[in-house]
Amino acid sequence: MLDFFRDIPDNPFLLSGIVAGLLASIACGVIGPYVVVRRIVFLAGAIAHMAVGGVGAAIYLRAVHPDSFGWLRPLHGAALAALVAAILIGIIHHRAAERVDTLIGALWAIGMSLGVMLMKFTPGYQSELMSYLFGSIVFVEWSDVWLMALLDGVILVAALLFHKRLLALTIDEEQCSLQGVSVLWMNLLLLCLAALTVICLVQVVGLILVLALLTLPAATAGHHFARLAGIMWASILLCMVLTTLPRAAVYGTAISPESAIVIAAATTYLLSLGVRRLTRGRSTA
Amino acid sequence: MPAATAVVRVEEVSFSFDAVRAPRAVLDRVSLTIEPRDFVGIIGPNGGGKTTLLRLMLGLLEPQEGRIVIFGESAARARRWIGYVPQRAALNLSAPANVMDVVLMGRLAHRPWGFRYHQSDRDAARQSLLQTGVEDLAARPIAALSGGQRQRVLIARALCAEARLLLLDEPTSGVDAQAERGLTALLHRLNESLAVVVVSHDIAFVSTQVKRVACLNRTLSIHRPQDVTGESLAAMYGEAVRLVDHHAHCHAVEHDHGAHTHGGQRAR
Repeated sequence: MLDFFRDIPDNPFLLSGIVAGLLASIACGVIGPYVVVRRIVFLAGAIAHMAVGGVGAAIYLRAVHPDSFGWLRPLHGAALAALVAAILIGIIHHRAAERVDTLIGALWAIGMSLGVMLMKFTPGYQSELMSYLFGSIVFVEWSDVWLMALLDGVILVAALLFHKRLLALTIDEEQCSLQGVSVLWMNLLLLCLAALTVICLVQVVGLILVLALLTLPAATAGHHFARLAGIMWASILLCMVLTTLPRAAVYGTAISPESAIVIAAATTYLLSLGVRRLTRGRSTA
Repeated sequence: MPAATAVVRVEEVSFSFDAVRAPRAVLDRVSLTIEPRDFVGIIGPNGGGKTTLLRLMLGLLEPQEGRIVIFGESAARARRWIGYVPQRAALNLSAPANVMDVVLMGRLAHRPWGFRYHQSDRDAARQSLLQTGVEDLAARPIAALSGGQRQRVLIARALCAEARLLLLDEPTSGVDAQAERGLTALLHRLNESLAVVVVSHDIAFVSTQVKRVACLNRTLSIHRPQDVTGESLAAMYGEAVRLVDHHAHCHAVEHDHGAHTHGGQRAR
C-alpha cells in the first residue's frame, strides 16, 4: 500500500485517479442517499445503461467525422445520453401506472445494445467502451477530472437549493403536492442529478459496478444515522475512503482496483449490517 | 375575508373517475357546507366516496359537475389553509427523518428553497408540537412513533402550516383506546379555533364526538349525531349494522336523503 503513495509523484495517473475518486465521492455521497431512500436504484441503473448509447455515439462520431467531432469525448456522450434518459424515465415513471418496470427494463437494454452496435460500425479497436464498462480509475485524464469537478458543482448547488423539497418528497409525496411542490419536477431533478452522479462514478468503477458504489455507502451510512443530512456527510467520507484505500491496497497486484473498491464497499456494508444487528440486539436484551 | 363566510361550500358536486368506461358516479350531486368551528364526521362504506370527496376538497381532483369553494377561493388555491392529516399509509416510515423534519414540512410552501429551515420556521414547528402535546418527541425518528403519537405529529404539521380547516382521514385507525381519548380531547380543543372534518370508519367515534354526521354513499345526507342509528346506517350500508353502543331510543329515520339534509343542517 505504501508503494502506491510513494509512486504518486512519478505517476501522474495515480494522482488524477485519486482526485477523480474524491470528486466522485462527493457526488455519490450527496445523491446516493436520496436514490436509496426514494428507492429509485433501478431507475439509476437504467440511466447508466442508456448512457452506453451516448458513449457509442460519441466514439462513432469522433472516429467517422474527426474534423467536426474531434473534441468529443465518450464522457460527453454519456452525460448527454444520461440526462435525456433521466428525463424520459422520469416522465414514463410519472405517467404510466402499470408495467413501468418492464418498460424501463426495455429502455435499459435498448440503450446498451445501441452503444454496442455503434461500436461495431466504428473503425479500429475501441478500448474506450471497455473502460466505460469496467471503469478506468488507473487512467483518468485530467480533462475528465475537470468535467467531474463541474458536475460536482452542479450537484452540490442543486442539493443546497432543493434539499428541503427533496427531503420532504422522501417523507410524504402527497403532502408535498399540497404544499405546492411539483412531485414530477422534483423527481425529474433527482433523476437528472442521479444521472450526473452515475457519470462521475462510471469513471471510477465502470458501468457494471456503478450501482454498487451509488447505493452501498449510502445504505451503510443509513444504518448509523437517523437523518438525511447525517447520512450524506457519512457517505461522502465513506466513499472517499472506499475509492482511495482499497485501490492503494491492491496496487502492484493483479487485482483490478475497480473491483477492489466495490468488494470493499460491499464488505463494509455487510459488516455494518452485522454490527447494527449485534448492537440492536444488545440494547433490546 | 368576512368572518361569516362558510369554510367549505360543496355545491351539487358530481364526480366519476372515468366518465366513458365507468359512467356511474362516485359522487352524485353532493352538497355540504361547513361553517367556522364546525366539527363534521363523514362516514360511509368502502367505495362510498369518502376519500374522493376529501381529495376534491384538497383540489387534488376536479369535479365534473358542481363546484367547491373553500374560504371563498377555489379548492386548489385554498389548499394552504387546509391542514390535511392523511392515513397512516401516506407517511414513508423508513424515511431518514425525525419528528421535527415532518412538522417542518408544514412550512415548505412558505420557504421552499435552501438546505435548512429558518429559525422562525423551527420556532413555529416547536409551537405546534407543544400545542399537540408531543414537544418532547421532536428528535424522535418517525419510524419509532406509536400510532397515537404519529397522529399528533401529523396534526402538528397541519397546525404548523397555519391551517384554518383540519381534514383528518381515519385518525383513529391503529390508535389504542387511551391514545384515542387523548386524540379526541385534542381535536375538541383545536375545534375551539378551527373547523374540523373527520373521515372515519369508526361509527362509534363519529357518532359520539362530532357536531354533525355526513353519511356518504354516492349521495350525502347530514344527520345529527344522535340520529345515527341502526336503521339509518342500514339504509346507507344496505345491510344491518350492529352498533356497539345502542341508543336507548332509536329514531326511526326515513330513507329520503333530501329530508335528512334539511333536517340536520343548520339554518342559514
